[in-house]
Amino acid sequence: MLRVQISQLNRVLARSYATAAPPHALVFLEHRQGDLDSASLSALTAASQLGGQVTGLVVGSPEEVPSVVEKARRLNGLNTLLHCASPQYSTPLPETVSPLLEKLLSQNSPFTHVVSAHSSSAKSILPRVAAKLDVPAVSDITSLEHDAASGSTTFTRLIYAGNAISTVRASSSIPIKFFTVRSTAFAAAGAGDAAESEVNALDSVEVSDVPTEHISTSLTKSDRPDLGVASRVVSGGRALKNAETFQSTLYPLADALGAAVGASRAAVDAGYADNSLQVGQTGKVVAPELYMALGISGAIQHLAGMKDSKLIVAVNKVSASLQHCQTPVIRLQDPDAPIFQVADVGLVADLFEVVPELVEKLKQ
Amino acid sequence: MRPSAVRLLNILVPIKRAVDYAVKIRVNPEQTGIDLNVKHSMNPFDEIAVEEAVRIRERLKDAVKSIKVVTIGPPKSAETLRTALAMGADSAVHVEIPDSAPSPEPLGVAKTLKALIERQKEGVDIVILGKQAIDDDAGQTGQMLAGLMGWSQATFASKVEVNPEQKVANITREIDGGLEELRCKLPVIITTDLRQVQLLNEPRYASLPNIMKAKKKPVEKLTAAELGVDITPRLETIKVTEPPKRVGGGKVANVDELLAKLKEAGFTGKRA
Repeated sequence: MLRVQISQLNRVLARSYATAAPPHALVFLEHRQGDLDSASLSALTAASQLGGQVTGLVVGSPEEVPSVVEKARRLNGLNTLLHCASPQYSTPLPETVSPLLEKLLSQNSPFTHVVSAHSSSAKSILPRVAAKLDVPAVSDITSLEHDAASGSTTFTRLIYAGNAISTVRASSSIPIKFFTVRSTAFAAAGAGDAAESEVNALDSVEVSDVPTEHISTSLTKSDRPDLGVASRVVSGGRALKNAETFQSTLYPLADALGAAVGASRAAVDAGYADNSLQVGQTGKVVAPELYMALGISGAIQHLAGMKDSKLIVAVNKVSASLQHCQTPVIRLQDPDAPIFQVADVGLVADLFEVVPELVEKLKQ
Repeated sequence: MRPSAVRLLNILVPIKRAVDYAVKIRVNPEQTGIDLNVKHSMNPFDEIAVEEAVRIRERLKDAVKSIKVVTIGPPKSAETLRTALAMGADSAVHVEIPDSAPSPEPLGVAKTLKALIERQKEGVDIVILGKQAIDDDAGQTGQMLAGLMGWSQATFASKVEVNPEQKVANITREIDGGLEELRCKLPVIITTDLRQVQLLNEPRYASLPNIMKAKKKPVEKLTAAELGVDITPRLETIKVTEPPKRVGGGKVANVDELLAKLKEAGFTGKRA
């Protein structure tokens, strides 16, 4: 209790003697196989919008870090690049990476914001660190605005499966503001030739007696573009019947368009497609140039994951989609699948006839 | 009653009462939040967490000593606790907050859970949470709790195998682009992903006899103050608004018209 009062007192004193610290963001830059994740590049763009210094942090194994640093140092918008290599970071577990971040953020830290992509790795690590530092975190933001005078940052983010936009303010009483960034809401930062950031190595914080051991990683191999960043997505739902028809129907179309393949939760639950392909509130959020929804009725949770796509094309048989409408009342009033309410181009037809024809004509 | 000599593990499952996933929500006219006068139910990910806890006991039998569910919420959250008890949990804790109080943030919830864990005389070996609540979509509580406790964490778990003798759990987690397997020393914090539904089937429906039995199971009531935690939100919600409406662009009659529309928007075949 006493400690709380003292810290509050300190905060009041600090505020009365100094103006708000200028924003200085620490961006957690993720990488895989020597390449920076494009979602992290979107996080960098968001960090730049705070209007202050931006420092990047690359953590990884001694083999990976040098090549990633080489690429990261040329990124636009980055003033400083910190890197830290240790065999302990080769598969970055929250239990091993958190202590490094805690150290970096606690000793007279210049950082006012900690920024990352809303990726599975960052989502696992950063809330753990935020809790240790006793600060709240803001997830999956779609826009931000920093008020340098008051030291407060205002974010917008989607809640209720994207059906409402919440505007939240983190005031200067939150000394370090943690947030993750929805990558589809920010363009990826590019690499410039001229600008090179100052590069500094950090000592790793070795954790003895780590309670968690990494056993294995298995990545879904695909020649198609990554779902999260693809400019075109072809997505299938329950109407695809089974895993074989899902693949034999959708993959040729995806290949003809150079598109990534996605799936509705119904298709994933039924085992037609891998979980990693799921588009929706609980899967990936995508905003490609073109989203083709095939045999997807368009549950709220699915729409949450794709409705920011530029052009939405839906092919659905109404009769099939009707079976999945939740209430009989809606069925009577609106003979359409909900997907047609958001689709820019809709075609009511049997997708097993439409898709092969499309593939054939696209190849011409 | 089962013999208790060899039962070892105590499982805690935090759950949340949320607006039902199928409800089309509406923002209130004051733009302070959404209209909450709608159907609520247990957060779907938490259902999976409860189901997983019950299945761990079904697999390990007497190695699991207790399954306790906890919720932090308004008086009506008691119904959600009863649902979890009917699914197979043994006892419940309700950290009650007034209807008028704002919903606590993940950090406040994590602190409350930490205080609760510290009160359990026999300790807690496994905490299973949903990976996110479908109302605030934050997805932070489990990780924050793991940080506060300094425990092993396995987020987005799709498969959990507990070895009670060695006090470890082998957990497969969903990561971007694939799967990862971890071996976590107990105590561990697990957050559930959807795949569990697929692999282990849907969370069970509570049968009527189980619903009746659940009414007799103990529910402890507490307040955040009694636990010595402050759950006042620290982020200020300025407003809640409707997202821009997307209007459908109408239909086409056949594939050729569809292709024409695609071409018009600049989409052609890959090589074209």
